Amino acid sequence: MFALVLVTAAMCEAQKTNVPAMVTAGVDTNFPTTGSGKGTFYLSGPGVALKKEVELGTDVAVNGRDLQNAGAYEAIVCADTCHTSQFYVVAAKAVKLAFLVHPSRVPVAASDAVSGVALPFDKFENMVLTPQEVDFRLTAGSTSLLARSVSAQNGVAWFRTTSGKNAGKLQVVATLHDVVSTRAVQEVASDPCNLRIKGERTPKGIEVETDPVRDCSGNVLPDGTIVTFSLTGSNGKSTIDAPIKQGIARADIPAKGPQTISVASGVVMGNELHIGGQ
Amino acid sequence: MKFILPITLVVATVVLMGLGLMGYGQSRTALGIAEGSALPGLTPNPDTPDKALHNVLLELQRRNWDRAYADLSKTSGVDEQDFIERWRGMNGSLRSFSNLESFDTRPMHETSEEADYRVHLLWSTPVGPVQDVRDFHLTRVGNEWKVVWPKVTIPNVPAQVVPVNYLRWDLVTGTSGEEWGAHNIDAPHVRIISMNAVNTAEGTVIMGEAVNEDTVPAFVTVNATLVDGSGNTIDEESSFDKIDHVLLPKQVTPYRVDFPSTSLNKVKNVRMDIKATLVPASADPVIGVTNQKLETDAQGHAVLHGDLLNESGQTVNIPHVIASFYDNNGKVVWVSDGYVERALLPQGSEAFAVEIPKSVAGEVHNFHVVVNQYSLKS
Repeated sequence: MFALVLVTAAMCEAQKTNVPAMVTAGVDTNFPTTGSGKGTFYLSGPGVALKKEVELGTDVAVNGRDLQNAGAYEAIVCADTCHTSQFYVVAAKAVKLAFLVHPSRVPVAASDAVSGVALPFDKFENMVLTPQEVDFRLTAGSTSLLARSVSAQNGVAWFRTTSGKNAGKLQVVATLHDVVSTRAVQEVASDPCNLRIKGERTPKGIEVETDPVRDCSGNVLPDGTIVTFSLTGSNGKSTIDAPIKQGIARADIPAKGPQTISVASGVVMGNELHIGGQ
Repeated sequence: MKFILPITLVVATVVLMGLGLMGYGQSRTALGIAEGSALPGLTPNPDTPDKALHNVLLELQRRNWDRAYADLSKTSGVDEQDFIERWRGMNGSLRSFSNLESFDTRPMHETSEEADYRVHLLWSTPVGPVQDVRDFHLTRVGNEWKVVWPKVTIPNVPAQVVPVNYLRWDLVTGTSGEEWGAHNIDAPHVRIISMNAVNTAEGTVIMGEAVNEDTVPAFVTVNATLVDGSGNTIDEESSFDKIDHVLLPKQVTPYRVDFPSTSLNKVKNVRMDIKATLVPASADPVIGVTNQKLETDAQGHAVLHGDLLNESGQTVNIPHVIASFYDNNGKVVWVSDGYVERALLPQGSEAFAVEIPKSVAGEVHNFHVVVNQYSLKS
């Protein structure tokens, strides 16, 4: 009985393969086997299924092409019976950064408004899960808004920050070793600040216009922004939605008699103006 | 003997046709084509003001312009071309796509020589039925009554060059082979700035205002979901045309979502959802809204009147007015809208009127009007 157990144990020993615990994606790897005689080697993993006739007791060479996808693999050696071993293929060196920056357009001086996520990938499109230092740099013109080194956790490195004070292009750069990925965010003027109007009588009515419309950081609001003028007089109320052109919104409104003029843009109100009758 | 029955039937038919053509059985109130002569060319003798007015409206309904014009008083002072164009509509206006569905005439004042009638006109239009009220004056000429059609003087806009320096936003969509996260453009940032739910005789109405906070134009839709005490959805509706869908940067629009036949008492919660997409848009035409006044019309309805003034050089085919009404605290208490039947010509103006329900008219302290516009050629 004891002899039978020993024989069985010896037969099992003959079909074993000693796999490394971890293999780097895309690297040619040898899998040593034990035993003697002919056997069959199977490799099964993400996107891979391989079968080879092997000489037991020698190394089984597996081409790196068959180990490109990161994940759990199984190496199986069969003779009379089969022996299964498991190992992991991990991503190779990061050569690419998938970099998502949000939003594409942001008002100036908005707190925690700009965020970015960088995900390193190797040349086989495997996500690199080992900790990597990603450098984030945000520059608006010649001004640096942020320079931060972030260690990727589980393949993700991210930042969140306040937008700059000047409207224009905000360049966002993520760097990992020699891999550089660049994105751009358009910083736009925020809500109008200190909205002021002036007006005068014309033969037709009242010509009213704003001072250059700027936000609280001094940026001129973009052309096309709507400014609403409201005139209230004895003939009722008149309103006009006028777009800003070259920083100024202007309107000619037919109106007789004394008028009270107010102005608003979005939810921001401006000053009030009183113009007497003709 | 065998000819008696057919002869009787023929005679009875002729008598009934004769009675019908003579207008027997007409009530004092005429209602569209349901009364009067249904056969072209056969109209009752206009020996009463009601018949005269009815004849003219019937011919207009049938688009028999020459016959309608012939039935007018010679003192009308309107030439046939103007008469036809004002009634039929032109320049791609809403009226030019409309048909007179029915009319309802009511006497206001009548003597042996003159009469005034008020007519409720019901038009079928691409934006739904539109009701109009119009007053007519009639005079007696011999044995007949004639409609006096007033001449409408349209301000003559001098020939001029209006510089086209309008602002426009165009969109360039990226190619499909883009790197992930590289070239996406965010949807415009829009926000609901106020919301009010009221119970009306017709059901629940959700209304308020929304603003485009972004620097790019947005196509905006507001949806509302009514939820009961158990968290179940009662109904879901969108603002449809009770909103200015294309919002330019920092523009504010009223919105109204109607839930007919749903009482607010059943509603525990209202879920609001505003959706915005980036669209190409133009900052022109700029339309001013002048002489806005809240008044009570002849029928006792609270109405906001005003004039639209097209400050641009392009025709606005179908102007659409949306007004929000506020109480003393600045809360939106009602949103009304109305289409203007005539096109708004360059540098021209057209009157508009939108009605407010009697129940909220007393609360209204202030109002804000926005003009939506539909143009055949942009």
